[in-house]
Amino acid sequence: MHVDKISAWYGPKLAIQDISLDFEEHSVSGIIGPSGCGKSTLIRCLNRMHETIPKAKVEGQVLLDGQDIYDQPAVSVRRRIGMVFQKPNPFPTMSIYDNVAAGLRLNGVRERKKLDVAVLESLKQAALWDEVKDSLDKSGSSLSGGQQQRLCIARALAVRPEVLLMDEPCSALDPIATAKIEDLIFDLKKDYTLVIVTHNMQQAARVAETTAFMYLGKLIEVGRTRELFERPREALTESYITGRFG
Amino acid sequence: MHVFETLRGRTRLRLRATPGDLAFEGLSTFIALAVVGLLVLITVILYLAAAESIRTYGLGFLSGSVWDSVSQRFGAAPFIYGMLVTSALALLLGVPVSLGIAIFLSELSPAWLRIPLTFIVELLAAVPSVVYGLWGIFILGPAMRVYIEPGVQAVLGFLPLFQGHPIGSDVFTAGVILAIMIIPTISAVSREALLAVPDSQREAALSLGATRWETTRLGVLRYARAGIFGAAILGLGRAVGETMAVTMTIGNRAAFFGSLFEPGQTIASQIASRWLDAVPPLELGALIQLGLVLMLVSLFINLFARLMVGRFLRVGEGAE
Repeated sequence: MHVDKISAWYGPKLAIQDISLDFEEHSVSGIIGPSGCGKSTLIRCLNRMHETIPKAKVEGQVLLDGQDIYDQPAVSVRRRIGMVFQKPNPFPTMSIYDNVAAGLRLNGVRERKKLDVAVLESLKQAALWDEVKDSLDKSGSSLSGGQQQRLCIARALAVRPEVLLMDEPCSALDPIATAKIEDLIFDLKKDYTLVIVTHNMQQAARVAETTAFMYLGKLIEVGRTRELFERPREALTESYITGRFG
Repeated sequence: MHVFETLRGRTRLRLRATPGDLAFEGLSTFIALAVVGLLVLITVILYLAAAESIRTYGLGFLSGSVWDSVSQRFGAAPFIYGMLVTSALALLLGVPVSLGIAIFLSELSPAWLRIPLTFIVELLAAVPSVVYGLWGIFILGPAMRVYIEPGVQAVLGFLPLFQGHPIGSDVFTAGVILAIMIIPTISAVSREALLAVPDSQREAALSLGATRWETTRLGVLRYARAGIFGAAILGLGRAVGETMAVTMTIGNRAAFFGSLFEPGQTIASQIASRWLDAVPPLELGALIQLGLVLMLVSLFINLFARLMVGRFLRVGEGAE
């Protein structure tokens, strides 16, 4: 996935400016930066979620398989590029099974067998199957926070997206639940291209192959995670990762 | 000395009580409690006034199907039936329209249209019911007789519910009037319920590739269904007790009806159309007993609806 000169606004306020960036296939790309630097806005531009906010505007291109997602219907773009949000947001009135099946049903899949298989596979991929296999008909909101987040990951995976975007997926979770999700991210990159926004630098260092550092709506530096953390080229990056601000 | 105390999110200012304050506090407490007393008093007096009818007919009153002042036999069944059918019809027609309004106002409407439209819909509730009744007699009734009822009959005429000669002053017309009258209540309360749905639910649906309508169905309506259900019950409470407009349009025949194109009577409209001519003591007592039944039914419906809506809105706030 290739991002080309993306800028985004909330009303008159410019949130990110002229960002160009590559995300490698089947790898994990991290985006870090202090609060308000525009990292969430950037990731929301990657599956056209940004424009669902009233008065929000985007300019630039995001190429997936060589084609600009802004030339395609937003609905089909979001089926190819899934997203997991900061706060787990399962559908509370649906069972665990129905939560995972929701996206497939939107795509018109009605066959029980197909749904069964997809739910099983997605829950396994999200490392949740063993914990919920006996309670698939329970409400999604009966799970713990970490389980809910993995349920949301399973829900996003069920439609077999090419890319999975994660917007601070662990910020509402405790350290144990966080560790589980990080392990999961590591496993998922075999099959998916992952982009993860995090304000937690250690997390980026642990899971991401490449990391981008953003500040005040601009992309400051991007590189192999190890290099970025050990030998940052920019002074700004260095002061951020050494904890001098942010 | 001032002591601020936060109680359920509200800041209360506590002053040292002076005699004037105490008197004021006592008076307003008394007035507030008097409302409760009034409700109890109304029930007791209705019960006493209906005592003779209650003694004579007992529970059989509810199942009696004849209302005849000559033979002194009085039963409530046709009116309970009429009330149930008109209210069901009102909900059937009113809920989808109200939901449409609520969805438009909370999900689709451009910002500049939202406030005026909300205002106008709520204004519908301010139209006096006798005016709805007049409109029902002179505009809706004839239109029903000439256009709508024959049209419905052409499509659904094979059902017993839509057979017979359309007269315009019948159960169907009363149901339509009721539907219009409960739309403001149901749409306003369901709009509240939809607005209480956290955006994270909409985003969850959108991110799965849901269209606008799918997002509303999956992320919003499902989440808010308890609140919407409560809104409909609140509308039901209004439909059950509505008197004037129904009395003016339902045709006033104190008997069971098989078709919606026949005249009928609800509990409320029976009381309103009979009380002047009621023969005391027994028929008057029977009418008052009808009133008692209506009051209890509507009390329970409203109580239930408020519990539902209240619980949903609290949960909704907690979720965001």
